[in-house]
Amino acid sequence: MSVTVISESSNGALHPVTAQLVGAASSLGGSITVICPGGVGSSDAANIAGVTKVISVEGDCFESYDCVAWSKAISPLVEGDLVLSSSSAVGRDLASSIAASMGVPVVQDVTSLTEGFSATRPIFSGKAIEEVGISSPCAISLRANSFESAGDGGNAEVSSVNVSQDITVAVKQALAKASERIDVSEADIVISGGRGMGEPANFSHLEEVADILGAAVGASRAAVDTWGEIPHSMQVGQTGKTVTPNLYIAVGISGAIQHLAGMRSSKFILAINKDADAPIFGVADYGIVSTWEEALPVLKEHLSDLLSN
Amino acid sequence: MGVAVLLKQVPDTTAKISISGDRVDEASITKWSISPYDEYALENAIKLKESGFGDVVAITCGPSRSAKCLTEAAAVGADRLIHIISESPLDSIQVQSLLSAAVKESGCEVVMCGKQAADTNSGSTGPGLATTLGFSCVGGVTEVSIEGGNASATRLGPSGLEQVEVAVPCVFTFDKGDSELRRPNVRGIMMAKKKPVDVFSAEDLGVDVGDSMVEIKSHSSPPEKKPGQKFVGSDSIPEVVSKLREEANVI
Repeated sequence: MSVTVISESSNGALHPVTAQLVGAASSLGGSITVICPGGVGSSDAANIAGVTKVISVEGDCFESYDCVAWSKAISPLVEGDLVLSSSSAVGRDLASSIAASMGVPVVQDVTSLTEGFSATRPIFSGKAIEEVGISSPCAISLRANSFESAGDGGNAEVSSVNVSQDITVAVKQALAKASERIDVSEADIVISGGRGMGEPANFSHLEEVADILGAAVGASRAAVDTWGEIPHSMQVGQTGKTVTPNLYIAVGISGAIQHLAGMRSSKFILAINKDADAPIFGVADYGIVSTWEEALPVLKEHLSDLLSN
Repeated sequence: MGVAVLLKQVPDTTAKISISGDRVDEASITKWSISPYDEYALENAIKLKESGFGDVVAITCGPSRSAKCLTEAAAVGADRLIHIISESPLDSIQVQSLLSAAVKESGCEVVMCGKQAADTNSGSTGPGLATTLGFSCVGGVTEVSIEGGNASATRLGPSGLEQVEVAVPCVFTFDKGDSELRRPNVRGIMMAKKKPVDVFSAEDLGVDVGDSMVEIKSHSSPPEKKPGQKFVGSDSIPEVVSKLREEANVI
């Protein structure tokens, strides 16, 4: 069998989830081709253990994001019966578009995958788990942090392919740069605030804890709906992002069913809420009944003591 | 011209999802709604119509119950309603070939839908349909305006928030934006009840969907969490922090 992995990039470099995609591909056996859109991170991709070859696909169309143009440039280079991408927004787009151009089905946001193919994925933002069997060549996007990363030490050959592909989507104006902060759906640790934070300016206290932990900052739907300053991109829950970090810290979040759906599969959950009966405590591994005003300064102090040593 | 809006009926996001005999128990779901991101697509399509762009054609693909979301769309201003009847689960290729045929039937060259549906959370339909139709695709948009054959859209892309231009034909997938969603008035609701729905089978659309290549083997509930440890007051934080390191091994 041969697998084609579409690499993921962020800020002009190879994203670590790419090694997880290769790890998942390795567990299926066979050769692994990594395609790097725009050539980003192709030499790093070649160093991932288990990679057979790297195709750096370059051309003007990769200067800004145009899903269909990228997919048209990439699709002819796909080899084998399985295309793997990350389940980021771009990864899902490319998996869908490449699958459609190949006339094969796509299955998104998969958290486990076995030969044949059998895949499981959360549905209803994690309120249920679906297991599917796929009886044809296909494209599959994999959720970050669900598969073991392949190590380094690979030495794959890198070939460059130049494509001239018309772009139809032209960026006229950048309105706001992407947040420097890591995205909630990719982070190992997420700290989220709810309406219990009182006002949006108080999210700065969450950011301070996040900086110590290298965490992403998220928010509940109530916080996003109430305060325009908190963007929807931070929203964790059924109409926002589903997250599965190693540690999820919920502060001032009562735990509406939509929110629980989006974060309950986190490995460990720490909840801080002043209401001892808040539903969030029902899914928390560690619950602290306290106001955030009292808890966060102490948490900050102890975390920075622990992590600076 | 005109805009085709793709709507999917999903269990309301407040609904509890329960499992019965290794499938999601649809009978226990009391409220079905238009998938939230699709509502933003519908809102933008109606705004375009108000600015003189053309009719709004609401299209859904699903079982008989999904006709309700077409009536809801009509109540806020959709002009034509298309229901592709499909009682069994479809894979992405099947869905896209049916929707593609319906969009062609509608004659629309602008298609709007949510960036993903609230049930499968997949996000395959927009980019897949665009590819199938040979349209462009702009994802994660919050606002689209059209002048002549060109559309201008605000999108949250990998580089941040951007204003982009794209030539029609194009598929736009919507994120949640600042738009206030309109609610139907009584007159709208009454008129919508009388609005005819064009019902199509795959055969009517001339599509041979074949067999689904993706078989649902089972649905299950997420693993139950064992009861956690609860502490009172910020004095407990040193202990909790050390547990995060020693017990949970996550920091």
